[in-house]
Amino acid sequence: MRAIVHVTLKDGVLDPQGRAIAGALTDLGFEGVEGARQGKVIELELADQALDAAKEQVEAMCKKLLANPVIENYRIEIS
Amino acid sequence: MRCAVIVFPGSNCDRDLAVALEAATGRAPAMVWHQETDLPAVDLVALPGGFSYGDYLRSGAMAARAAIMQSVITHAKRGGFTLGICNGFQLLTECGLLPGALMRNQNLKFICKDVVLQVETNASPLLQGLIPETTMTFPIAHHDGNYFADSATLQRLEDEERVAFRYLDNPNGSSSDIAGILSENKNVLGMMPHPERVIDHDLGGLDGARFFEQLCDWAAAA
Repeated sequence: MRAIVHVTLKDGVLDPQGRAIAGALTDLGFEGVEGARQGKVIELELADQALDAAKEQVEAMCKKLLANPVIENYRIEIS
Repeated sequence: MRCAVIVFPGSNCDRDLAVALEAATGRAPAMVWHQETDLPAVDLVALPGGFSYGDYLRSGAMAARAAIMQSVITHAKRGGFTLGICNGFQLLTECGLLPGALMRNQNLKFICKDVVLQVETNASPLLQGLIPETTMTFPIAHHDGNYFADSATLQRLEDEERVAFRYLDNPNGSSSDIAGILSENKNVLGMMPHPERVIDHDLGGLDGARFFEQLCDWAAAA
């Protein structure tokens, strides 16, 4: 089974890379870009198991390594 | 004064740090590989600069979960002196020994230059030999040195006299110009600038030599 973890910066955390992306898009002529936030997507290939167990495992991975709770939020998708 | 330097894959200031600590203490530090689980009996554990694990995921994130770190955390929580420089500072925030996080520099560039720091406090054995409001010049060499903490944490750092150094001319966007901070018990110091790179007149200056001499003398006496 596959789990996809989306790691995004928390609101209020300055994102210099996102700001540069928004600036570059505006420079390219795209109008109305009011902001951009850059995050990460981590795709995990997991051995087949019960959905609840997999969710619990990935949640633990996020807390232990994949996201830094000081600056980041995470969202888990499992299929 | 016995010291250990932890070596991670991708550390690149470990030997400079060892030379600086040996010059200050007269004793070569133990070099401890990250896969070890036990620390030798030491007074100071030093986490060097570099790019552990290639800065993958987040700077210091992988190294913070290395086998040796459980012992480093136990040492620090028991009150053992701990110093993290550059990647070492990133690692200390990643493993929770220091608050906040080091984000990408505000101008998105890797910055390698000398910066002037103001000493903000000497309320720690690690800083006791320094004089507040005096300055020191150390080089910085980092991409992720932009110190971030929420406003409550920043206020607590100020109230508890835990800001160790501030940049006079903020190079990277750090909150409150912070270049280095102390733990609650003041036994853990993390800083982005590199004192170990200025311990020889011929290599740019002696401010770092003074920093390590004072740190080691006062920590040994504490």
